[in-house]
Amino acid sequence: MSGLRRIPWAPLAVVVALLVPAAGSRFYTFVATDVAILALFAVSLNLLLGYTGLVSFGHAAYFGIGAYTTGILMKKAAIPFVLAFPAAGVLAAIFALVFGFFCVRLTKIYFAMLTLAFAQIVWAICFKWNDVTGGEQGMPEIPYPDLAWMERLPLAGQLRTSDHFYLLTVVLVAACLWLLRRIVGSPFGRILTTIRENPERAEFIGVNVRRWELFAFVIAGAFAGLAGGLFGIFNRGVFPDFAYWSKSSEVLIMTILGGIGHFYGPAVGALVLLVLNQQITSYTEYWPFILGTILIVLLFVFPGGIVGALDAAARRLTRVRRA
Amino acid sequence: MLEVRDVRRAFDGFQAVAGVSLRVPRGQIAAIIGPNGAGKTTLFNLITGHLRPDAGAVFLESRDITGVPPHEVCRLGMGRSFQRTNIFPRLTVFQNVQAALISHRRRGLDLFTRVDRLYREETEALLASLGLVERAGEMSGFLSHGAQKQLELGIALASEPRLLLLDEPTAGMSAAETRDTIRLISRIVGERGLTLLFTEHDMEVVFSIAQQITVLHQGHVIAEGAPTAVRNDPEVRRVYLGERR
Repeated sequence: MSGLRRIPWAPLAVVVALLVPAAGSRFYTFVATDVAILALFAVSLNLLLGYTGLVSFGHAAYFGIGAYTTGILMKKAAIPFVLAFPAAGVLAAIFALVFGFFCVRLTKIYFAMLTLAFAQIVWAICFKWNDVTGGEQGMPEIPYPDLAWMERLPLAGQLRTSDHFYLLTVVLVAACLWLLRRIVGSPFGRILTTIRENPERAEFIGVNVRRWELFAFVIAGAFAGLAGGLFGIFNRGVFPDFAYWSKSSEVLIMTILGGIGHFYGPAVGALVLLVLNQQITSYTEYWPFILGTILIVLLFVFPGGIVGALDAAARRLTRVRRA
Repeated sequence: MLEVRDVRRAFDGFQAVAGVSLRVPRGQIAAIIGPNGAGKTTLFNLITGHLRPDAGAVFLESRDITGVPPHEVCRLGMGRSFQRTNIFPRLTVFQNVQAALISHRRRGLDLFTRVDRLYREETEALLASLGLVERAGEMSGFLSHGAQKQLELGIALASEPRLLLLDEPTAGMSAAETRDTIRLISRIVGERGLTLLFTEHDMEVVFSIAQQITVLHQGHVIAEGAPTAVRNDPEVRRVYLGERR
């Protein structure tokens, strides 16, 4: 085993993430919150893409539903975050159950198209239902959760509200990722990989393939909803765009860029994409052009994504050292 | 053990299986032979629920399983291997068999146990009986064709079937591999007291282990019975054996 693999990367990343507000920059905290939330969103998509072998083009639907749920509950009903946040996961899961019920009846590209169709329906409802969602204008001024208690914590007392919310986000995202990690490393997760590898054979070891696909779809939807719940607050508003197809493709790009073959690949993808986005847009207006080029190079040179490439490099390094 | 009653299945007007009946008593080793396109694989798919018959019925241990989906047929005690090797290529050899055990023991909804060491002893014991235990950690997609076929047998056995259906278990194997595989299959069938139904191209294999042979031709049964009787059947000699050698 390589020494690089023994390093506890995940706890290390959490510690580093918790130190970001110490830099005292509003901008760093902003980018880091964005990265943390979208990392959860991307990892939830990878439960479908990388583990079950299902390509969803409509994962933003559940992100959007989560965002609206938490947003509406906190802004209009003044329900505290402790309830409004899990509600995002629950509602997204319910919608994923209903939509997924139909989607898993189709395979491959037809599955993907149906996920997209349902996501567009969600978008259209958010866009038109003025009374509840605020329609086209969205719903601004979602309140921050009450985080005054954080001021009594050592070291965190002097920080801004946005920093406090960031710390909360890091803890919640880390908890969700830990849960997802347990799920993919469970017997359930192993069954999902058999579906990815060979649905026909999976059926004949006694797996009800459609049902397991649906379970995966619901779990992925729930975590996407939780990510959305956090994102609405972070963004200080919820907008129909959250459920739009371009959001679905953005998270798909992050996931593939980071690497679908590794649990943390999509999280790395989120980090790289958002940081690059911030950096490059400050130099040039041709960000989409550069992103496209990066993607093409990556897909041809490192089909396993960034983490796949790093993994291969680390392996080669150990082999060289041993020789 | 298995009874197939006058099943039929057509594809776009072509009668792939045109009224086939078949009985395999418990503990019997039965073979289905016939030229390419005779309907062997279609018949298998009709038995295992991958295809629904247009007419007719299938009984497993006197229970009507016609139209029951494959994942339930598997749970009722039928194991199957496929003609084109059908494993989970990007899982290790160990994980292939372990997954089948997880599913068979209904642990597939367990979200929080660590899977790594689950059923380790049983999986390794099964791999040992197939001679694959040293390769447990290898990615199964990189195994040789013969070893993949053996692994597929292991996946089928993990569901503890009473009836085993093997679709061309020695397809694409060298003479030596074929011999080893047949020895392995007969040993396992004997040890576990299984009923076996298989299709095969290699006549030597068929006549060496089968106790009962059914000959299919253009979707019909043209002969059935003990190997010697089938071998001497004039119709069989004309359409099949004579054609080949």
